[in-house]
Amino acid sequence: MAEGRLGVRKTYKLYIGGAFPRSESGRSYEVKGAGGEFLANVALGSRKDLRDAVVAARKAQPAWAKATAYLRGQVLYRAAEMMEGRRGQLALAVAAAEGVGSGDAASGVDTAVDRMVWYAGWSDKLAQVAGGTNPVAGPYFNFSIPEPTGVVGILAPESSSLVGLVSVLAPVIVSGNAAVVVASEARPTPAVELAEVLATSDLPGGVVNILTGRTAELAPVLAAHRDVEALDLAGAPEALEVDLEVAAAGNVKRVLRRRKPEPDWAAQPGPERMLHFLETKTVWHPMGL
Amino acid sequence: MLAHPGTGPGGPRVRLGHPRLSAEPRLAAVTSSVKLAGLAELAERTEEGHAGGLCPAPADLFELTRPEASLRRLLHGLPGVDQVGAEGRAASLATRSIKAASKLWAIDTAISMLDLTTLEGADTPAKVTSLCGKARRPDPSDPSVPAVAAVCIYPDLVPAAKVALAGSPVKTAAVATAFPSGRASLAVKLADVADAVSAGAEEVDMVIDRGAFLSGHYAKVLDEVQAVREASRQACLKVILETGELSTYDNVRRASWLAMIGGADFIKTSTGKVSPASTLPVALVMLEAARDFTEATGRAVGVKVAGGIRTTKDAIKYLVVVNEVAGEEWLDPSRFRIGASGLLNDLLMQRSKQRTGVYAGSEDWSIE
Repeated sequence: MAEGRLGVRKTYKLYIGGAFPRSESGRSYEVKGAGGEFLANVALGSRKDLRDAVVAARKAQPAWAKATAYLRGQVLYRAAEMMEGRRGQLALAVAAAEGVGSGDAASGVDTAVDRMVWYAGWSDKLAQVAGGTNPVAGPYFNFSIPEPTGVVGILAPESSSLVGLVSVLAPVIVSGNAAVVVASEARPTPAVELAEVLATSDLPGGVVNILTGRTAELAPVLAAHRDVEALDLAGAPEALEVDLEVAAAGNVKRVLRRRKPEPDWAAQPGPERMLHFLETKTVWHPMGL
Repeated sequence: MLAHPGTGPGGPRVRLGHPRLSAEPRLAAVTSSVKLAGLAELAERTEEGHAGGLCPAPADLFELTRPEASLRRLLHGLPGVDQVGAEGRAASLATRSIKAASKLWAIDTAISMLDLTTLEGADTPAKVTSLCGKARRPDPSDPSVPAVAAVCIYPDLVPAAKVALAGSPVKTAAVATAFPSGRASLAVKLADVADAVSAGAEEVDMVIDRGAFLSGHYAKVLDEVQAVREASRQACLKVILETGELSTYDNVRRASWLAMIGGADFIKTSTGKVSPASTLPVALVMLEAARDFTEATGRAVGVKVAGGIRTTKDAIKYLVVVNEVAGEEWLDPSRFRIGASGLLNDLLMQRSKQRTGVYAGSEDWSIE
């Protein structure tokens, strides 16, 4: 910083419907770095922010699902491009939040970018893997095609603030779902940086909504919300897990349970996370006799 | 008169207007009682000898204002609306926080005040029938939800609505007089009204001739309202001012008075086909007019807001304004209505949130 220049400090806000509002509650909370030093004041999202996020996701989801797989892949790739352009900034955020060295942080960002590209490539290949034609005993052409589940609530991994987040977010949206993400409570700053990347990536507003705040406050509301069709418990606190599943049963949400022990988010994933948030539509098409 | 709202099995009712919510000084500039300078003068000059002096009977009022010059003097004698004050007051009332118990009462009240509306070229008898089903029992899974006040439709669909609403307290309202533009001859407009009324419409929503009003032909507008008043016989007459086309709050106040003098039972903001439709300051000005007219003549006139009211939050803001500006007597379907279609589902969603604590899904209720 130049001598005598005032610091320009950043306001960490929520990401809802393509915009960056403060919490409607006006609250914020203090985030500390890995060493216990002050890092940032981050918006403390409320249940009403979550409600707004679900409304935004519900509104955006049909058009996103209707977009061609090719376009969705391009948009995800675009997000990867934007992440690449902001490598330095993301690495700084990860290093500060997770307390890793700059080298590890940079390679973590690389992994996250590569993960985004990898999932982008899946967009027009999912249907071949998850769908196909079925042999049936009758004069029908029978085929199954995967469709997105709808609005998916995600509790992002608590420790892996960027790679973990991208690893749970990308598989949800690539197939045409919209996501409402509750970011890591202790390490939320990389999630806000990612939101800024997504906002400039041709991703329609509302497809991804990222809330920061207390997981224990937001998760039960998200799990019970009847306009959310699926729930990813990747970052759910252990004590809440059962309650969240019970609440999610209210409208028969698809629930992806937390893996135990926590998976290595940097490891190459398989297609499971994508496949979990799909519905199969099977069509019986009469053939001429 | 419709049944009083909010009588569900929810324990004691909490009124929206309890002291903590209502205690607020009125802004003199905006809400001071209209002095009726022109009216008083007219009453004196004609020496009709009414005991009240300032309170001629509605029929006399109509006669008094018969000459266009008198009418103009009356309307232009109404105090001007302080635009900044009206908007400021509406905005400050809109910020009032309504707590959970009052909110439940407000939601049920708003439902009972709804004129559930469908005014599309694509309307069919089947669509109206299903809308009527929803009007009678907004939430099939919860009988404690009150029925709406009325169903608002085009006149040719009144027979379908009458069949579907038979035996229910829900009224049938028809838009008539060449809705929404009002661009037709008086004979055509009256035929439209007669058609709706003979088909069984219990309420008629007419539009004023905005062109005539804006070019200063007040008597023409008044004559039309009066003629429609007669043609609609016993039906409740709602006069649509289409405030979005009237440009100024002064015009809104004048048009309100004009409609009320002509015999309106309700004055209504908009057709819903013009933007801006209903806004809070416009509703405030109209409620003041209705209150002042009721005070001056003893004949109660209601207000209907329509167009652009989509969320429970909006509806509650209007209820607060009604309570503060016109008074608690207006918090009743016989004096205040909300014309809307999508609003009902949002009210039901908020109602279920208040009762169960869980946010409802967008597909939990039927579209119509």
